[in-house]
Amino acid sequence: MNFLTWGRNPWGQQILTHVSWDLLWASLFAGVMFLVAHASYMVLSAHHKYSESETDALEAANKSLPERIERHTFMARMFHWVMAASMFTLLFTAFLPIVGVRFAWVQWHWIAGLVLTGSIIYHIIHATFFLDFWSIWVGPKDIPEIKAELLRELGREVDAPKPAKYPMGNRLYHLAIVVVGLTAAISGIFMMARVRNFMISRNPYLLADTTWGFTYVLHGLAGVGLVGLVIAHVYFAVRPEKWWITKAMLVGYITRRQYLMHHDTRRWNVKGGSQPAGRA
Amino acid sequence: MAVIRDVMPVFELFQPATVDEALGLLERHGADAWVLAGGMDTFDWLKDRSKRVAVVVDLSQVGELRGVKEVDGGLEIGALTTLTEVAQHPVVKAKFGLLSEAAGLVASPQIRNQGTLGGNVSQDTRCWYYRSGWTCYRAGGNICYADTPTAINREHAILGADRCVAVSPSDTAPALIALQAAMVIRRAGGGERVVPAEEYFVGPGLDITRMTVLRPGDLLTAIRIPATWANATFYFEKVRDRQVWDFPLVNVAAALKTSGGTIDAVRVAVGAVAATPLRLTTVEAAVTGKPRNIETAQLAGELAVDGAQPLRYNGYKVPLMRNLVTRAIRGTTTATTT
Repeated sequence: MNFLTWGRNPWGQQILTHVSWDLLWASLFAGVMFLVAHASYMVLSAHHKYSESETDALEAANKSLPERIERHTFMARMFHWVMAASMFTLLFTAFLPIVGVRFAWVQWHWIAGLVLTGSIIYHIIHATFFLDFWSIWVGPKDIPEIKAELLRELGREVDAPKPAKYPMGNRLYHLAIVVVGLTAAISGIFMMARVRNFMISRNPYLLADTTWGFTYVLHGLAGVGLVGLVIAHVYFAVRPEKWWITKAMLVGYITRRQYLMHHDTRRWNVKGGSQPAGRA
Repeated sequence: MAVIRDVMPVFELFQPATVDEALGLLERHGADAWVLAGGMDTFDWLKDRSKRVAVVVDLSQVGELRGVKEVDGGLEIGALTTLTEVAQHPVVKAKFGLLSEAAGLVASPQIRNQGTLGGNVSQDTRCWYYRSGWTCYRAGGNICYADTPTAINREHAILGADRCVAVSPSDTAPALIALQAAMVIRRAGGGERVVPAEEYFVGPGLDITRMTVLRPGDLLTAIRIPATWANATFYFEKVRDRQVWDFPLVNVAAALKTSGGTIDAVRVAVGAVAATPLRLTTVEAAVTGKPRNIETAQLAGELAVDGAQPLRYNGYKVPLMRNLVTRAIRGTTTATTT
């Protein structure tokens, strides 16, 4: 399997053109294999589930909390679904022609790319000034939580922090999507200079051939990477034990019981309670 | 840049005697197989080493792909029929003079004697950046060298460009579109599909590496021309740099049915202005039912170039195309074939 494709420019120099589309199949395969492996593990393993009695006790102690707890504002949900729609459009317009479904894809692709880029800019501003910016990031302070999550997945009862607002899986996925998504978006903005569009004047000599080659390779790598990441995301979104998170992205709230069961109430302190709820 | 060599590169040569044998070979070798008809396009590619093929399927021995047959008042022309045969065939000349004239203006007599109708409509573009073997979009790369600020793009597209600005160089293609022809495509296993001529050609938006709908394993076997436009009023004009042996800068083909000076029905197509020959449906709709006069013709010319986006050196194609379409609708008593 080739990873890169090469060409020749009018000066006789070898130039990178783009990634080998074999990588698309590799990413698809990796995404599906992860899905199968994880699903098998969840069926066969003794991973820890939070106990009902534990949550009953917490709920009894926190009656003052509202029945519904807002997890995602309307604008945050709008961003998520606009991004999802543009991401699916980008992936389908990019890869369907490669697998043999022919249609005029270029215009749809860059329009979806512009929508994605606009939504990312909106999200950065929204998250920086109107949301708890650091709540989604992962850092050294989260090592105990990562360790606890892993042990829980292995079926151990652990007296260690529960997640704050976002579970560790959410935060790690966000980190991956930031890296891969921004790579695709930034390289894509440069590539707009090679197609006719109403926003950026066409200038194929904006970058040197070698730099263009790297730009196309980065865009391609990000694209095939997103195939695997999106498969994983959709898989987790429809898993029964994660459905409460997906539902929250649709309706905006979680129940008091879900809040108490899945979150560390000291790390994500919801207003309305008489005091921060105790950790199980 | 590709270097012209004196000898052909190495490939495996097959010379089937029947269509079924040819289809079997194309199925067996898939994308590795190169279909050779008259060879007028093929030999450039192979000798320049711009395209390297493992297998060549030479159709020259397949007799059933040759000849012109009358079918239901129309014609079925074998894909391997030479351009000279098409241009000189008495029925083609009598009933479908548009095609006869277009075929007779392809290249030079020697090339028309060897070149085939199927090859003429299926030939690759003449963009010299692409044919030089550089890795442009059409060759699987990520740039159009002809659409850069310093490019030599006098022959390139003014309409329908999508990353690639190469044009369809066929003279017979616009005529076949105007005559409402259909392409008969077969593949191994008995599959046959009939594609309207205007849908036979593929633009870069749909597939930047191909000029036609032909996929590996497909074989264009015949071109069917219905009786619909037999003995209609025809107009074909080709403008080129030299009077012989040259590709069109712009060509136009029109078939009209008129009564009492009014245009009852019309089909117009132009070549060499886009990656595919373009049927001008807007023009057709605008002039149908109108008198065939200079005002209608000028309206047609203006509509034809609506949306044209010339490159640095091909701005002349806009007035050229406008004037050719104007002349096609207006009609002229003087034959204008240069």
